[in-house]
Amino acid sequence: MKLTGAQALIKSLEMQQVEVMFGLPGGAILPVYDPILTSSIRHVLVRHEQGAGHMAEGYAMVTGRPGVAMVTSGPGATNIVTPLSNAYMDSTPLVVVSGQVATGAIGTDAFQECDITGVTMGITKHNWLIKSAEDIPRTVAAAFHVATTGRPGPVLIDVPKDVSNATMEWYWPESEHDLDLPGYHPVTEGDPAAIRRAAELLAAAERPVLYVGGGVLKARAAEAVRALAERTGAPVVTTLMARGAFPDSHPLCLGMPGMHGNYTAVTAMQRCDLLVSLGARFDDRVTGKVDAFAPEATVVHVDIDPAEIGKVRRPEVGIVGDCRQVTEGLVAALGDAAPPDLGAWWDQLRAWQEEYPLYYEEAEGGALRPQAVVEALRDAAPPGTVVVAGVGQHQMWASQWWRFDEPYTWVNSGGAGTMGFAVPAAVGAKVGRPDRTVWAIDGDGCFQMTAQELVTAAAERIPVKVAILNNAYLGMVRQWQEMFYGERYSEVYLSPDLPDYVLWAEAMGCVGIRAESPEDVGPAIEKANAIDDRPVVVDFRTDAFEKVFPMVPAGAPNDDIVVHPDQQGGPR
Amino acid sequence: MTVLPLGAAATAPPAGPRHHILSVLVENKAGVLARVAGLFSRRGFNIYSLAVAPTDEGERLSRITIVVDVESAPLEQVVAQLDKLVNVVTISHMAPAEAVERELLLATVEAGEDRRSQVIQLVGVFGGEVVSVGHDRLTVMLAGRPEKIDDFEGLLEAYPVVELQRTGRVALPKLERPSAPGRGR
Repeated sequence: MKLTGAQALIKSLEMQQVEVMFGLPGGAILPVYDPILTSSIRHVLVRHEQGAGHMAEGYAMVTGRPGVAMVTSGPGATNIVTPLSNAYMDSTPLVVVSGQVATGAIGTDAFQECDITGVTMGITKHNWLIKSAEDIPRTVAAAFHVATTGRPGPVLIDVPKDVSNATMEWYWPESEHDLDLPGYHPVTEGDPAAIRRAAELLAAAERPVLYVGGGVLKARAAEAVRALAERTGAPVVTTLMARGAFPDSHPLCLGMPGMHGNYTAVTAMQRCDLLVSLGARFDDRVTGKVDAFAPEATVVHVDIDPAEIGKVRRPEVGIVGDCRQVTEGLVAALGDAAPPDLGAWWDQLRAWQEEYPLYYEEAEGGALRPQAVVEALRDAAPPGTVVVAGVGQHQMWASQWWRFDEPYTWVNSGGAGTMGFAVPAAVGAKVGRPDRTVWAIDGDGCFQMTAQELVTAAAERIPVKVAILNNAYLGMVRQWQEMFYGERYSEVYLSPDLPDYVLWAEAMGCVGIRAESPEDVGPAIEKANAIDDRPVVVDFRTDAFEKVFPMVPAGAPNDDIVVHPDQQGGPR
Repeated sequence: MTVLPLGAAATAPPAGPRHHILSVLVENKAGVLARVAGLFSRRGFNIYSLAVAPTDEGERLSRITIVVDVESAPLEQVVAQLDKLVNVVTISHMAPAEAVERELLLATVEAGEDRRSQVIQLVGVFGGEVVSVGHDRLTVMLAGRPEKIDDFEGLLEAYPVVELQRTGRVALPKLERPSAPGRGR
């Protein structure tokens, strides 16, 4: 069957069971947009290519399926660089198709030409420039294979315009061998001897901690981790990328560790004698000063990426493999032996939880605490609500104060920390899980970066809900300036009324609601939760001077954790 | 990456454990070298030298020989990160003691009448060749062990050197010597 390159490209995406893609057409990608009209794939037209990228990420993070975005050449492609970089840091499977100028024009500084494969080499798992229409099916199949296997990640396929217009004989690769990836062989099976050794260590540990990272969600290993935790009685911490991978309500759950983790989670890692890392990467936000991290711990590190083992901390047992397969192997290797007696360890953990719970001061007068808003949203949220956050103080409060009991209900930008992630990612998440309520908890600074995608949401009838914790500042930066720069506030004030978020939301086809005092909060949330046919934006006027606690100052050892001033002065 | 300025004296390669040789088999496709170089730059790994050419396998594959400064990063990490590149097929690594290493040098030196025969003698002593003859200059070539090239380069400085190019070392693993009969090991 003879097809044009454009038809072959769309057909290849259909062969990969792509249901939706997010994009914006332009000159170089124009031929590809024609077959979209008769394709089974739903195309969501965005208002900025960065929005397309983050939507694809939000979609991928809640569904586990690769997110797909389509953009044109030049500025269209460079506008999606931030989402690619973001997906690279968080190992999110993304397939971006970018148009490119005709092959004969490449390298001549043609109109809307950009060496996007060169630009994105360092932020994609791999990328391809297709030079002949015949390569299209094989390349698309290879791209999806690379994006979704091993450690997931973003890929980019660059398609020159003449390639889209050329004709080719249709085929679809039969097997992995036809993908022409002689150098790509992810290891998924953990070494049985290493698994046995790790099980021995777990059986003997007196103060173990299971350090659960985003990889557990990628591997769909939540159940296996629960089995391991219950089998050993070990406490579990879930990183910022893994919230919900182990239920917050579970008695064995200590919550989030890291720079803004709770005292018990952070201190448990510092004082443990065995640290079992499952799909986590010893990120600097979690370790604090690396040579002072978990000083008494023997480390077991399970990861599908061999380069992560020993990158930050040399483990006593490193296991390269799929998290689910290895965790199930660990449970099996533990056999019928009685679980170790962790009574003393749990006594200590409960004492810390009692002494230093997550805390904020009740507001006096009409002030609205941002943490209280998060709690109110949480308590009124329908079951299975998906929470999406931007980056900053609001993100930390959302992660700390929400109760995540299910995997794939928390979407945020961890490794890259991309402000403006929330609104488009929420749109993508809602497209992926239309049956769920999706609440974006965003900051006013972040909101202003990508809010235009609410127009996309209104136009496409994607009813997301956005809670802006509007404190009129770039809050996290303001906090650092208060704590470490002697209250010298440089370029952080935004203003609560400019823009008028309610008016702006309504202009974008959403319902706009404002909550200025504690009494406004309940009714605002109720009203928002009742709206199902269009997006809602709630402008919560929150207290500007709240700080996120606890905090481990950057570069400091985790032992230097700073708790809320009201909690200081207690014995450590 | 350390780039020797034109005509400058050679610096001896980092001795002993500081440098390690990676022999990397990669797909012979456009951009692969850029990917490898980009990776090293991005991760802060120092390349001391690099040589690349297609192998004999139907030109589908190329071999890149990289000498890495392992003080900039643990060898294990360098190899693991390199292996993540989709175009990298296999990597073998050798400590200098485990490798057969060779390098080639071309140098144009001042060789007017008063010193021409000295240059030619020097070349002869080292087992090199004169490959180009000019009015006042000679271009000489020497292939051999990197240390021998270093010595030769050092001695050429006297003439002085007008322009110089070294290829960077290529290496393959040393073969096991067959044990001689009747000889204990």
